[in-house]
Amino acid sequence: MNIFVNGNKECTEPCTLAQLIAWKKLDAGALVIELNQQIIKQEFWPTTELQEEDRLEMLSFVGGG
Amino acid sequence: MNDDVLLLGEKEFNNRLLTGTGKFGNHGQIPKMLAASGSQMITVALRRVDITAQSENILEYIPKDVTLLPNTSGARSAEQAVRIARIAREAGCGDFIKIEVITDMKYLMPDNWETLKATEILAKEGFQVLPYVLPDLPLAKRLENAGAAAVMPLGAPIGTNRGLETRPLLAMLIENASVPIIVDAGIGKPSQAAAAMEMGADAVLVNTAIATARDPEVMGRAFDLAVKAGRAAFLAEMAEESTLARASSPLTGFLDGE
Repeated sequence: MNIFVNGNKECTEPCTLAQLIAWKKLDAGALVIELNQQIIKQEFWPTTELQEEDRLEMLSFVGGG
Repeated sequence: MNDDVLLLGEKEFNNRLLTGTGKFGNHGQIPKMLAASGSQMITVALRRVDITAQSENILEYIPKDVTLLPNTSGARSAEQAVRIARIAREAGCGDFIKIEVITDMKYLMPDNWETLKATEILAKEGFQVLPYVLPDLPLAKRLENAGAAAVMPLGAPIGTNRGLETRPLLAMLIENASVPIIVDAGIGKPSQAAAAMEMGADAVLVNTAIATARDPEVMGRAFDLAVKAGRAAFLAEMAEESTLARASSPLTGFLDGE
């Protein structure tokens, strides 16, 4: 299925948000996730099944003034 | 000194130097700078993750007793700033938010109009809003009425280290605002931070001047001392300037006087 991650189209097997993050080897502790403009708290990642055409924003805190 | 408490929203701070996490050569310098400066509030930004690269978690370098001030940098409109603020709060960064809406990429001038709109929305949602603006007294009053916890006027454009170029306008805000005035952006030297505090600013926010110093830890301490000196001078009420000299010692004759 196709999803959008940070604006880029990606093809993935059906999975949960937690699985996708694990496959991408991202540091979960630093991540903030928006799914279709809704923030998904980390406790719900394992139960959030991704759907065709979902739009994910993967964000993290960085240095700034 | 009993007037050392800075009240932002309902939170008390005993240190009037706010710092930032941008531009450090390595993040390990941040906790050292915080310890040396005594700063109790520090800014962070929110960005899309580079999925192809490992990145460090900046929050790991900020001790838990330091209050986070997420900014909305990257926002070009009030709507975007509001969205970033909500994400930051959901991510567990607390209620403080620095509104930064920039539409001018040459001088990085804050867009006061969009900033006011974002402040109105976020203050209603219970955020402690610290809007970064060009110093403009009527705007500052509107921000106050909208529920801003403080107003953060710039001294000079971001990252320029030129000091208090907006000094007369800052003075109008300091003299007339009923919320704290925090001079943000442009402060390049401790003496400029001291000057802002002598004028009666409630606090200053310094990032570039500390982070890009050869030794950010020592520079953090220098800024802390300057802010404390400026604050003490303001509270002590400075002597007046005069065109003509006024002797500090008695002028009566001594050796061959009458």
